[in-house]
Amino acid sequence: MTDFIQLIIAGLATGAIYALAAVGFTLLWQTSQTINFAQGEFVMLPAFFCLAGIKFFGLPFPIAALVAILLSMLVLGVIFKFAVVDPLMKQGTLPLVISTIGLAILLREGVKETYSAEAQRFPSFFPNVNLGTAGFNVSADQVGVLIVATGTILLLAWFLASTKTGRQMQATAQNPTVARILGVNVERMVLYTFLINGALAAMASLLISPIYLAKFSSGETLGLVAFVAAIVGGFNQVRGAIVGGFLVGIIDNLVAAYVSSTYRQAVPLALLVLIILLRPQGLLGRAEERAV
Amino acid sequence: MSRTLKIALGVLLIAIFIVGPADLTGFGIPWTGLKRYGTYILTLWLVTAVAAMGVNLIVGYAGQETLAQAAFLGIGAFTTTLLQKAGLPFGLCFIASGLVCFLVGIILGFPALRVQKHYLAFVTLAFSVFVWLVIRNEEWLTGGVNGIQGIKRPVLFGISLRPALYYYWLVLTLTAVLTGMMWWLLRSPWGRAFTALRENSVRAESLGIDVRGYTLMAFAIGSGYGGFAGAMYAPLVEFIDPSPFALGASLQYLLMVVAGGAGSFVGPFVGAAVSVLLPEWLRFAEGFYLIIFALLVMLLMAFCPTGIVGLFERLTTKARRPHADDKGPTLGTGTGSTTVAGSKS
Amino acid sequence: MYLKSTVAAVLAAAAWAMPASAQDNTLKIPGVLELSGAGAISGTNFRDGIVMAIEDINAAGGVLGKKLVFETVDTASDPGKARAAIQRALDDKPTVIFGPVFSGSVNATLPMTNEAQIPQIIGGEAANITSQGSKYIFRTSFGQNVSMPKIANYLRDGVKAKSLAIVYVNNDFGKGGRNAIMKELESRGIKVAADLSIEAGQADFAADVVKVKAASADAVFVYLNEEESARFLIEAKKQGLDKPLIGETTLLGQKVIDLAKEAANGVKGHVGLTIDAPSPLVAEFAKKFEAKFKYKPDHNGMKGYLGAYMFKTAAEKAGKLDPVAIAAAMHGLTVTPDKVPGILIEATWDDTGEIDRISYLAEVKDGKQVITQTLPKLK
Repeated sequence: MTDFIQLIIAGLATGAIYALAAVGFTLLWQTSQTINFAQGEFVMLPAFFCLAGIKFFGLPFPIAALVAILLSMLVLGVIFKFAVVDPLMKQGTLPLVISTIGLAILLREGVKETYSAEAQRFPSFFPNVNLGTAGFNVSADQVGVLIVATGTILLLAWFLASTKTGRQMQATAQNPTVARILGVNVERMVLYTFLINGALAAMASLLISPIYLAKFSSGETLGLVAFVAAIVGGFNQVRGAIVGGFLVGIIDNLVAAYVSSTYRQAVPLALLVLIILLRPQGLLGRAEERAV
Repeated sequence: MSRTLKIALGVLLIAIFIVGPADLTGFGIPWTGLKRYGTYILTLWLVTAVAAMGVNLIVGYAGQETLAQAAFLGIGAFTTTLLQKAGLPFGLCFIASGLVCFLVGIILGFPALRVQKHYLAFVTLAFSVFVWLVIRNEEWLTGGVNGIQGIKRPVLFGISLRPALYYYWLVLTLTAVLTGMMWWLLRSPWGRAFTALRENSVRAESLGIDVRGYTLMAFAIGSGYGGFAGAMYAPLVEFIDPSPFALGASLQYLLMVVAGGAGSFVGPFVGAAVSVLLPEWLRFAEGFYLIIFALLVMLLMAFCPTGIVGLFERLTTKARRPHADDKGPTLGTGTGSTTVAGSKS
Repeated sequence: MYLKSTVAAVLAAAAWAMPASAQDNTLKIPGVLELSGAGAISGTNFRDGIVMAIEDINAAGGVLGKKLVFETVDTASDPGKARAAIQRALDDKPTVIFGPVFSGSVNATLPMTNEAQIPQIIGGEAANITSQGSKYIFRTSFGQNVSMPKIANYLRDGVKAKSLAIVYVNNDFGKGGRNAIMKELESRGIKVAADLSIEAGQADFAADVVKVKAASADAVFVYLNEEESARFLIEAKKQGLDKPLIGETTLLGQKVIDLAKEAANGVKGHVGLTIDAPSPLVAEFAKKFEAKFKYKPDHNGMKGYLGAYMFKTAAEKAGKLDPVAIAAAMHGLTVTPDKVPGILIEATWDDTGEIDRISYLAEVKDGKQVITQTLPKLK
């Protein structure tokens, strides 16, 4: 039983990080119909911003982390929007998908060639101490990750639901035409979404890298997980992506422990297919209607 | 270009394809042909092009997205290998590989196409990972991580096709047949329905075309082409293991078709050439090869989303009467705009 | 217009396929290596080891009067691509081929070099590589058929374990090692309490460590690649896993220690080839390598380096640059560092291409690998 609880806590901690990536994924889809195949690389990159800040500019870790978040908002938010997404918006979904696949390769290989092909140790914000007793291990690391990630998500949820800008962003996501008629500055709201995605990716990166190590190729797995979490949750709902993230984190751990470690990757995907078949709008999503 | 010139060029091209890799010094022509590696790469290009043709049918004509072509290639490759080990002749293995993938395509596509756009992409993504896991884990069937060694190349009329050039000719013949079938398919009333579908699926539906049925067939046939390609791939490499059938390879197929020119008949051949031959040409760039490749793809998509074929046409022909094939895919703009009903609660 | 583009493509393909002219006083040495993909670090180390050795060899007059020119082809860590790359190398009728490093790629390519009768100097460690009857395959490090019995002996005599939990990475390397040690455990009366596979690139080890703890074996054998090793050790420490953690070469390597920091302390095991070996030649090699390539070599760097010297010694013994004669000269060859310093540590190759040399038992103390015992050559 203690094992089970330990696994749930570990699953929640990693799930919270998946949720951060999945929420960003969903936000981009909502406001700009961008299926971002580089989302995993977006989570990989900020850790290297931070490491570069420490290594080449001698910044202390907290400052470097802050710089990494700001730089991510600039590069993965602003530059991504204006240089990659905007020129392709008119071309439809598929060229943009291909372009993000290209971007994923670019980021991955770019980090490999300019920084290192090897995994890098990454500092943690939290001390590596056991908060539990001898038989029951809960590390401060896990609790810290869980609190910070969940806090970030709650903050975002509050921002979207309770501030004027947040509600305008939601309006933009749901119906840009109507939003524009109602006087919402749609372009600015879309830009905000990209900024938020950049910041969320950076948060996920800083939280996950102490456990996963920073490596150029780690985005492949992370991207797939974020993608699955977003679809499981409904793909068009921030709430769904949050639930999807936690669910994938927990299921992964429980399956590996109690079912099969060689097929652990298959279970979240099987869940995905089941949900598509039985509840196409996702766990918490709503049906999209086709505009004719 | 005049008609006779076109025909002459076409005949020349076919001749080059047939005798190009062969050693012609015996006939008094100072051309030593391609070495075994050159022939191998040329054969690999044809195999890749067949799989890409399948993706093109799904993506360029039916307007869907598939992320499982490499998985179908894998199913085809293992079907051929296992049936061959069981003693069946290559011809039957080849047909069985295509058929198995066609059927799997039906089973997979039927429920996925019931729901909205992009869901086929999600289901094929899951399928792709699952197939890879099965190939990797089920050692008794697939050899697991160590793969299967010593796959035999077929024997035709008592002649072993083991030499690289003979096998190339077999693959060239099969590719020609499959290309012809695809050509016929797209020119038939059936294929015209595809074109109507791609241009505007809503209008096509109102004209009485069974959109879902056609899309499903397109997906199944396209996947079948993946199976055919796999059947030719296994004896070419004479060794199969899980790695060429992973999700990344499926993404690569989607990428090469769109970069080549989705919805254009020669697009898959150009895309496959980019994917198979470009690494050879960019060898000098070493580690920076993929960076250059990625940048080229992103630039191409931004400035010419109809791919290399579209780019080539834009450069060579000035404003001409638009041709159905020249237009390239409308890719989502026709059917993709969605609105969300109801309000967030 | 499609025709035009296709003609252009065909012409370009033909231009690329034209044979390059050979030069007189040089010998082209092809290297088919994992320069990208999962094996990039191992392949790059192996390559740089060869590059450094060849520079030294050329400065000292080359091999039989010929200067060596090293040319690499990337396999992208994919066995199918490795076959194509070996084909490409064989088309030029080389004297020797270096690589690949990954066992899967070696297994896929060794029938080709055997058929073409070209010696292939490899980095792969899978047990079955040398048991397939190829007369042209040569290891630069122990096969798992040599290292696993040593580990099993250590588990029985040193650790005194009666039961063992095995954690292996589910690729050709891990699976091969796991199969090899399973065979050795049975005859030594050690029970397998848990047999866990983990994914290459896996990041979350919480569930795996829980399972290892639940198995309550006397010791844990960890057979993973560098990063997975480090992540496993970090998670094991976090969950307070208090059983002895035993490894083979990788687990005690500097890279794992750098990544896992204090979590690596206390790890014990067998080390086949290490830059921490108590030998001035090895220390000098490591220093020179780091100065040249700006990173610390691992055992694959040593393998590439000594492999090049093994080729030089065998070619000089054969007296001619003939692949068949060189392969014959390698069988039964013993190279000692007093005559050929580049071999680093004395080594002998038997008739199957298996290598024999001394090895070490080691443990990690205060973030450093410490050699506790030197195991003699088998023969």
